[in-house]
Amino acid sequence: MLRSSQPLTGPNRKRCREDEMLLGTVLDKGERGFIIDTRSAQAAKQARMTGGGTEPKSSYPQWRRLHRPLERGRQLQESFMKLVEACNDTSATMDRWLSRLESCRWLSHVKAALSTACLAAQCVDREEATVLVHGAEGTDTTLLVTALAQVILDPSCRTLRGFQGLLEREWIEAGHPFHLRCARSASSHARPKQEAPLFLLFLDCVWQLSRQFPFSLEFGERLLLILFDNAYASAYGTFLCNNEKERCLCKVKENTHSLWAWLNQPAERTKYLNPLYSHNPLVIWPSVEPQSIQLWQGLFFRWIRSSQHLDEAWAEIQRLVENN
Amino acid sequence: VENVRLLDRLSSRKAALGTLYLTATHVIFVENVSETRKETWVLHSQISSIEKQATTATGCPLLIRCKNFQVIQLVIPQERDCHDVYISLIRLTRPVKYEELYCFSFNPKLDKEEREQGWKLVDLNEEYNRMGIPNNYWQISDVNRDYGVCDSYPTEVYVPKSATAHIIVGSSKFRSRRRFPALSYYCKDNNASICRSSQPLSGFSARCLEDEQMLQAIRKANPGSDFIYVVDTRPKLNAMANRAAGKGYENEDNYSNIKFQFIGIENIHVMRNSLQKMLEVCELKSPSMSDFLWGLENSGWLKHIKAIMDAGIFIAKAVAEEGVSVLVHCSDGWDRTAQVCSVASLLLDPYYRTMKGFMVLIEKDWVSFGHKFNHRYGNLDGDPKEISPVIDQFIECIWQLMEQFPCAFEFNERFLIHIQHHIYSCQFGNFLCNSQKERRELKIHERTYSLWAHLWKNRADYLNPLYRSDHSQTQGTLHPQMAPCNFLYKFWSGMYNRFEKGLHPRQSVTDYLMAVKEETQQLEEELEVLGERLANLQKSQLNGTKVKSKQQDRSKQSGLSTSSNSLANTPQEYSNDLKSFPSRSPSQGDEDDSALILTQDNLKSSDPDLSANSDQESGVEDLSCRSPSGGGCLPSEDSGKDSDEAVYLA
Repeated sequence: MLRSSQPLTGPNRKRCREDEMLLGTVLDKGERGFIIDTRSAQAAKQARMTGGGTEPKSSYPQWRRLHRPLERGRQLQESFMKLVEACNDTSATMDRWLSRLESCRWLSHVKAALSTACLAAQCVDREEATVLVHGAEGTDTTLLVTALAQVILDPSCRTLRGFQGLLEREWIEAGHPFHLRCARSASSHARPKQEAPLFLLFLDCVWQLSRQFPFSLEFGERLLLILFDNAYASAYGTFLCNNEKERCLCKVKENTHSLWAWLNQPAERTKYLNPLYSHNPLVIWPSVEPQSIQLWQGLFFRWIRSSQHLDEAWAEIQRLVENN
Repeated sequence: VENVRLLDRLSSRKAALGTLYLTATHVIFVENVSETRKETWVLHSQISSIEKQATTATGCPLLIRCKNFQVIQLVIPQERDCHDVYISLIRLTRPVKYEELYCFSFNPKLDKEEREQGWKLVDLNEEYNRMGIPNNYWQISDVNRDYGVCDSYPTEVYVPKSATAHIIVGSSKFRSRRRFPALSYYCKDNNASICRSSQPLSGFSARCLEDEQMLQAIRKANPGSDFIYVVDTRPKLNAMANRAAGKGYENEDNYSNIKFQFIGIENIHVMRNSLQKMLEVCELKSPSMSDFLWGLENSGWLKHIKAIMDAGIFIAKAVAEEGVSVLVHCSDGWDRTAQVCSVASLLLDPYYRTMKGFMVLIEKDWVSFGHKFNHRYGNLDGDPKEISPVIDQFIECIWQLMEQFPCAFEFNERFLIHIQHHIYSCQFGNFLCNSQKERRELKIHERTYSLWAHLWKNRADYLNPLYRSDHSQTQGTLHPQMAPCNFLYKFWSGMYNRFEKGLHPRQSVTDYLMAVKEETQQLEEELEVLGERLANLQKSQLNGTKVKSKQQDRSKQSGLSTSSNSLANTPQEYSNDLKSFPSRSPSQGDEDDSALILTQDNLKSSDPDLSANSDQESGVEDLSCRSPSGGGCLPSEDSGKDSDEAVYLA
């Protein structure tokens, strides 16, 4: 699985031999690969007007392009804000709750993200084909897809250590602009600029996987909530800045502590483990039917409903497993 | 009929070829694949509708929809055969006499005494005793011993001490269907009670002294309060409309010391339509999130569930927190009243959250109080306007509560699903007819078997591993969160998409934890035995005797390894785009769950299909959980090879 940003084809259909050769190196003669473009065909075409574009078939004959538009940017942030508002609205009656939930579109975004990640995983695992994922910048929906696909495909990404490694690789080092994207969360009254909850969407998708495969992830919801918190506001330097270059310039490694170092301390670590975990060497294929995708209550209703009974249930599960 | 195809709903590509059989009690589809010979058995009683669809090039499609939400799509090659099957099924699924039902031929090979014992498992007299009755305030009355007062009530009713036979009879004449106020639940801690009845025949101005005395008697039976609530579970408009027909509701002016309250649960017709709409959403092919949420909201189903729950919560609060008795009614007092009384009782009393207690609850508020099982669930062919998912809604309320309070119930989701299944299956005699009177006339106890005994025998399958009777969640009253709480109501895909295994978490946490619990117990017992032996050994060593150390016979480790739950699963169709691309993997010979289809393969302790198929991911590890099913599988007594030889799954 490869990732990149969009090719700068532009309105004049520029070609770049080096790019074609680079992509050529990953495929054997006669082999075919897939390109998953996270923009709609329309949007990708329009991108040419501003210097971007897609890989033309003629220049990249071995690659087959699939479009899977995923929401990003302002729209995604608004979807998030609307959802949080709906969840906090204590006056809402049951009559209108579901349509209100629907109008936020958040769950549709979760479904789309999971479907696309599954598609990428399917290319790799079932079709045994190489897949290249990109959107426009390669820093948002691209990373969502590649990271999620790895959780689906690779059991080592489902361990606590492996998941941290995945986050480091596919989000932090890959240059997801955390500083811009997580500048403000959903309740802020200020006009959103570059904020977009891609990382939260990723965590939500991982939560959906943990619900559908309760034995297959070494960590639980608690870890996902901690990650969400720290992406927006943190005592640690892990999610600072927008890319490695900025982190170097700011001397983040010298001046701050790492979230992972804290999480991995033996006493802390146990809090995030899933008592039901047992290594599953297989690929986990989630159902993306609407019935299978649920609202992440642990996050969206975190401060609204008491989690006491569910916490007690988890404590009981822990107890049963430990007693054994 | 041969060469029939059974289509998979989610993926039209997957079709099984086999032979279709029609018997007196079942429709059976047997796959041609020789190693597995997978069988699908459907009881005629379960079939709710049969649809013949337009003939296509591949054959004549026949769609069978079941009351347990299974949907079976068959394609029959010849039009004439299809028509024959259709006509036969129409007749077979509309029995005219009770004797046609499966329960009269079902034979679990128990002797007469075992059958009797089975029926005695749930005893309502014992239950009222448990509540503390009879006592100073409540007594048993035999006024209805020959069903002379009310033919839909049981022979034994519990009434306030001060309610004489005269008052009861008088009140019954003033109540729709003669269903006079009678006791449903008594709280011995504070003497508050829940009583139930039907609507009064008050019209615009009619009064009845005895009925008013009846309500006073209920009030007097609770010295801790000087008034009672009268809860009408109908929407106000409907209740008012009933007045024009000479019925209606209690006027606070006429009945001293009552506080009247409408709760507003819709009637059986609205509920029937609501379920219909929801099932249509379930049948959508590849719906978007939008389609699904809109469709679900449009059906109003969850709104209705919440309305029933809210009513139960109101009543439970009145009893537990205010110490005030409540009289509940709707129109005839056998639908919404039953739902609301049983929900309230369950919230109040932890006994009803145990397995036995839940059976008792259903027996009390549904069976004995004359809920019209035959009319509502179509045992026999009847008026389609009487059909309504009343008890299904009650069962769902309990599931919603289980989701909110995972430690509070002794039983699990599978218990609820199997109960729902058997309410429609007519395999057992518990839910036949419309009243106790009718059941006694048919001699149900002598001619059929009790579901409760069967479930009790298999209770290990129905336990909730998180339940501990000493847990805080299991004590006292349950307090579901009130507003905001809309989000707490979830779509129950375990019930309404029960047979679509692709939708569900492939790994059952319940089964795993039960296995863990069992193994821990075995190990603890073994530890004890070893401890004793060690002590003996040490003692005899002290005594200087030479003891021949016995060979430890290791009680078999249940083999519950830490990695025992990896199940291969296959991707659903995420994209049509990949189809035209030559696939290099072997065909997605997916391992069907044996539990998707009711089959006697469930008898085997390991799932045979997983190893039989060549799914390239099938590096399947040994599943040492006791029940191989992902949850939807029934003990296979209705899928035995001969209809006479039902086999029980331990």
